Amino acid sequence: MRKLKAARKNWELYLLLILPVAYFIIFRYVPMYGVQIAFKDFTPRAGIWGSPWVGLQYFREFFESYNFWTIIKNTVLLSLLNLLISFPIPIPIIIAILLNQLAREKLKKFVQTVIYAPYFISTVVLAGMIIVFLSPNSGLINHIIGAFGGEPVLFMSEAGWFRPIYIMSTVWQETGFATIIYLAALAGIDTHLHEAAVVDGANKWQRIRHIDLTGILPTITVLFILAVGNLMNVGFEKAFLLQTDLNIDASEIISTYVYKIGIQRAQYSFSAAIGLFNAAINLVLLLIVNRAAKKISGNGLF
Amino acid sequence: MFQMKRKLKSDIAFDVVNFIVLGGFTLMILYPLYFIVIASISDPNQIYAGNVWLWPKSITFDGYRRIFSDNTIWIGYRNSLFYAALAAVISSVLTVMAAYPLSRKDLYGRNAVMMIFVVTLFFNGGIIPTYLLVKDLHMINTIWAVVLPGAVDAFAIIIARTFFQSLPDELREAAAIDGCTNLRYIWSIVVPLSKPIIAVLVLLAVVRQWNGFFDALIYVNDSSLYPLQLILRNILIQNQPSGDMLTDITTLVAQQKVTELIKFGVIIVTALPLLTLYPLLQRYFVKGVMIGSVKG
Repeated sequence: MRKLKAARKNWELYLLLILPVAYFIIFRYVPMYGVQIAFKDFTPRAGIWGSPWVGLQYFREFFESYNFWTIIKNTVLLSLLNLLISFPIPIPIIIAILLNQLAREKLKKFVQTVIYAPYFISTVVLAGMIIVFLSPNSGLINHIIGAFGGEPVLFMSEAGWFRPIYIMSTVWQETGFATIIYLAALAGIDTHLHEAAVVDGANKWQRIRHIDLTGILPTITVLFILAVGNLMNVGFEKAFLLQTDLNIDASEIISTYVYKIGIQRAQYSFSAAIGLFNAAINLVLLLIVNRAAKKISGNGLF
Repeated sequence: MFQMKRKLKSDIAFDVVNFIVLGGFTLMILYPLYFIVIASISDPNQIYAGNVWLWPKSITFDGYRRIFSDNTIWIGYRNSLFYAALAAVISSVLTVMAAYPLSRKDLYGRNAVMMIFVVTLFFNGGIIPTYLLVKDLHMINTIWAVVLPGAVDAFAIIIARTFFQSLPDELREAAAIDGCTNLRYIWSIVVPLSKPIIAVLVLLAVVRQWNGFFDALIYVNDSSLYPLQLILRNILIQNQPSGDMLTDITTLVAQQKVTELIKFGVIIVTALPLLTLYPLLQRYFVKGVMIGSVKG
């Protein structure tokens, strides 16, 4: 009774919630309901509800397709490299720790202002910049190679270059912004620890190793779990934009394949099955890593 | 003081390494941006010959002249500005409408409602079911397909809710004693106090909408509705400057060179609006990340 009274008192708040909840139900939950077409033979005419069930047929079709292993390999390799080199683990941590050691406030501000900037550049512009810089006859990189007497490299049409280009451009674009969280964590470390360590004769290297790194370990763990949980969601946009007919052996990943099959060829059920398969792997990875992190360090995400 | 002097030696080495690494990294970020600027006003023949390094060579504004003489860029600009404004309004209004009630501890059932939002951080229908939904709603080839599907996300709601929770309870209690209703309280007290978080929400939406191209790519094939990024993709990635830009150039080689020049120019033209907003973006995005990370 008391609860009912409290609820009535706040009727306006419930009123406010109606619109956002309706938005989420329509734009987030209806598609979740629509995922069932992965198990159906969907035709637009019969609709989601009316199309006949086919069980795991489309999953089987995907597993048996000739490029299944290539796509899986490309997706896993690209995401693993991305995770291990660029985001969010090693490079942003190094840069954040170094920035944190800069004593001159103005210099620190300047560096931050510069390195955050690329985050606001769109993927289309980034891909365009990559193509312009790597162009075989007018690109800066090939001019440098030429200046040292090398032959121009056709970066965009060699499968072997796709992953390095992808990873390096991620480092360029996202490192700066990724340092923000680490800088916040570093700022939260008790300054007395550093002062005491200085009195004990510890130099900067030692203080970084024993105070800074230990201090931000929980932050690193959480970001790592989140990143692994998103491992298979490696960015569609950049891979799609950098994909050419010639580098497709390395650049065809699950998301670009789903787009091709589903949107361009309108094989809705087949591509929904691939998308669902991808989401399932992600979820399993998230649960495993969260479990492991809880066991090892005592703090997980949930 | 004595202590300090003794320390210096090993730490000087550190500082030197630090300067070199950070300096190198900063240059690595800055130079490509700088190069685009100088290349966009250099003679394309000089770029082809590899003469442009530090300064623009044989300065020309031909690239910009061609870009602005063409209609498609202007249409894209107008569309993108409109989409970004629309997305900012829809996104910030809906996010506040969801986040404020959920920040109130006296709201019965708030955890259950919060779950409705949080679940979508971990599960989603994926591209195809979403595409079918947009199709069923007859939104294909309308502005709504470009703006609505990505307008609100649970992450923004979490950020805003965390902020609203930091508003003191006493304020509301005092207002309630004076007979202030919830809606009136939100309108005349919460919203004015929440300008920073509303700025975060607006900027998040503007950047996402301005930079995004995927929704337009799959939902829109009427070129008069194209946002700037999609037009840019045709020029930059597919190497197809639109009709009017190259009509006066006859040889293929010359066309290719001018295309390169146009590419540099459109990169600048597209990035300009966000660049002018950059001081704001930096301040409020950092704030957003901080608030978001507290809650994780």
